[in-house]
Amino acid sequence: MKSLEELLAIKEKAQAQLAARDSDGNDGIRVVVGMATCGIAAGARPVLKSLVDEIAKRNVQHVSVTQTGCIGMCQYEPIVEVFEPGKEKVTYVQMTAEKAAKVVSEHLVNGKPVVEYTVGAVTK
Amino acid sequence: MYRAHVLVCGGTGCTSSHSGELIDALNENIKLKGLEEEVQVVRTGCFGLCALGPIMIVYPEGCFYSEVKVEDIPEIVEEHLLKGRIVKRLLYSETVTEEAVKPLNETNFYKKQHRVALRNCGVINPENIEEYIAYDGYRGLAKALTEMTPDEVIQTVIDSGLRGRGGGGFPTGKKWSFTAANKADQKYVVCNADEGDPGAFMDRSVLEGDPHCLVEAMTICGYATGATEGYVYVRAEYPIAVERLQKAIDDAREYGLLGKNIFNSGFDFDLFIRLGAGAFVCGEETALMTSIEGNRGEPRPRPPYPAVKGLFGKPTTENNVETFANIPQIILHGAEFFNSMGTETSKGTKVFALGGKINNTGLVEVPMGTTLREIVEDIGGGIPNGKKFKAAQTGGPSGGCLPADLLDIKIDYDNLVAKGAMMGSGGLIVMDEDDCMVDIAKFFLEFTVDESCGKCTPCRVGTRRLLEILEKITSGKGTMEDLDRMEKLCNYIKENSLCGLGQTAPNPVLSTYQRFKDEYIAHVVDKKCPAGVCKDLVSFSIDKDKCIGCGICAKNCPVEAITRTDYIAPGHKLASFTIDTDKCVKCGVCIGNCKPKAINK
Repeated sequence: MKSLEELLAIKEKAQAQLAARDSDGNDGIRVVVGMATCGIAAGARPVLKSLVDEIAKRNVQHVSVTQTGCIGMCQYEPIVEVFEPGKEKVTYVQMTAEKAAKVVSEHLVNGKPVVEYTVGAVTK
Repeated sequence: MYRAHVLVCGGTGCTSSHSGELIDALNENIKLKGLEEEVQVVRTGCFGLCALGPIMIVYPEGCFYSEVKVEDIPEIVEEHLLKGRIVKRLLYSETVTEEAVKPLNETNFYKKQHRVALRNCGVINPENIEEYIAYDGYRGLAKALTEMTPDEVIQTVIDSGLRGRGGGGFPTGKKWSFTAANKADQKYVVCNADEGDPGAFMDRSVLEGDPHCLVEAMTICGYATGATEGYVYVRAEYPIAVERLQKAIDDAREYGLLGKNIFNSGFDFDLFIRLGAGAFVCGEETALMTSIEGNRGEPRPRPPYPAVKGLFGKPTTENNVETFANIPQIILHGAEFFNSMGTETSKGTKVFALGGKINNTGLVEVPMGTTLREIVEDIGGGIPNGKKFKAAQTGGPSGGCLPADLLDIKIDYDNLVAKGAMMGSGGLIVMDEDDCMVDIAKFFLEFTVDESCGKCTPCRVGTRRLLEILEKITSGKGTMEDLDRMEKLCNYIKENSLCGLGQTAPNPVLSTYQRFKDEYIAHVVDKKCPAGVCKDLVSFSIDKDKCIGCGICAKNCPVEAITRTDYIAPGHKLASFTIDTDKCVKCGVCIGNCKPKAINK
């Protein structure tokens, strides 16, 4: 270890890995993936994986990814819901790994929900 | 990256309630469900709430599961980690509310705590140096080496008001300045991790939960005082602590945080572990250094103080683990960060090992000046079984007791000394109405008699004679003259012993005698033990009108001292029992089994 910069570089890298431990519950964005039998059968696992990887890759802060059970719209699985404090929740349906990556970059990073993937657009 | 982190306590407390098996079961089940790339299992240091172990926290939700069993693991993995459904029945009851899971920091046990020395315990993986770095680790060292002169480091520590956490309470910065002022070709830093007080385990928790913190602090101390080598003297009875500290030292060397030219500052420092065999006296600084040198652990007279002539005859700075654990934070955030907490004369926080008759046994860290009542009633959750608080013993075998009328005392170094107790290393043993104070004094004295190294007569012979007087009192053969002799002997031992062990050994006797004189007199004059602890002074009897004649006591009596009489109490169907006091060994088994509570002692 020869400089403070070197130390801070390790710190930043390690901090990103530990982000999940800082979100003590409610503050920050929660991304919830439906992982009941229906969700998993429809391919929720690669979606979840893609979300987690993309968030790590782009080093998005204050976002937690959790899973939930069946919310009752099994034909639209895999379903991903984004809860942002103070905003309406956004429900994405029939997700894929590629769509999930786009949700991270557009919605979580730039703050613009991907309207064409939402339940409102798909069921029209 | 992992989406979920499962933190399992790997402190000694939880390890002995099988947290290691939980980790194996978690990994196995996680693999079974194909989650191994999504969920990380981390073995951390102590969370503090040892009474509810084994403990685990699942992030990002922050769910606090307590008293988890291996059989519960498949359910946690299946329900929580796979399906996202929190296993409510295993949550720490205080965190369960109607609508949501309450964050741990808002529970009574954690709410009033303020963690500085223990800040990383239960938060990071102690065996992963990068996790320590993620939480600002080694930044204090970087700041000291690249931005500050040794004098500035010492001045910051002086300004912080930090005092020795091992018991003495000597200002740490001043101690450092003494060593720094002595010129020598070689100086040393020594960490006293020979935690010997019965019931104290805060140093162990720091070593187990945050070993890099100690490595960083000792390196800072080396820079400030001009030392290039450090020794950690830790007892061999702390195998987990030793293992993790060794790993921390190895990793720090690999990352160049120990060794030559750290942070390109030209400063060299290295660290070594020495194992102690567990003698209490080796916690005394001169005895400790004698032991590191490879000699029999015996104290020597001071002066010369270690700052002048310490380890291997060279100027040495010796601090306790908890003292060191505060240093990186003080350097990184400045003296004001630390001296804004606490009281006029005692700054910062103090870790207490809460034990005895208390609901939440465990480790707590509170700002100095917190009252005893807050620690016992709010954080500790009060006394089990609705019993009444009688006294708290602080400072272990060197300290004294604080009775119920001192519950509102603000705890700091000087307040405790003024009340005849002492901070000590931070053991806090709570006693209730079932504890006999004479017996407690005897317990601590038995400990010091065992641990006396024998070098000086007042301690070797004096404590033995003192114990004999106490044994006489608890067996009902004491006289009022014995009490006077006892007090005189106590003061003699205090004044004439060579080291801290002997000088403080009579404290538990003096303090209990001062606060609970009536109990001593009851033993001597009435030949009674009010708490019913001293076996020679209690006799068991059955209230023949309360006895329902079930005979459970007779069945369980190991010496067949209980027999049926021919007396049938009014309203009862069976004849009552009686105890033959000649045969009775006063084991107390009958009392525990008597439903109508008909047995008295």
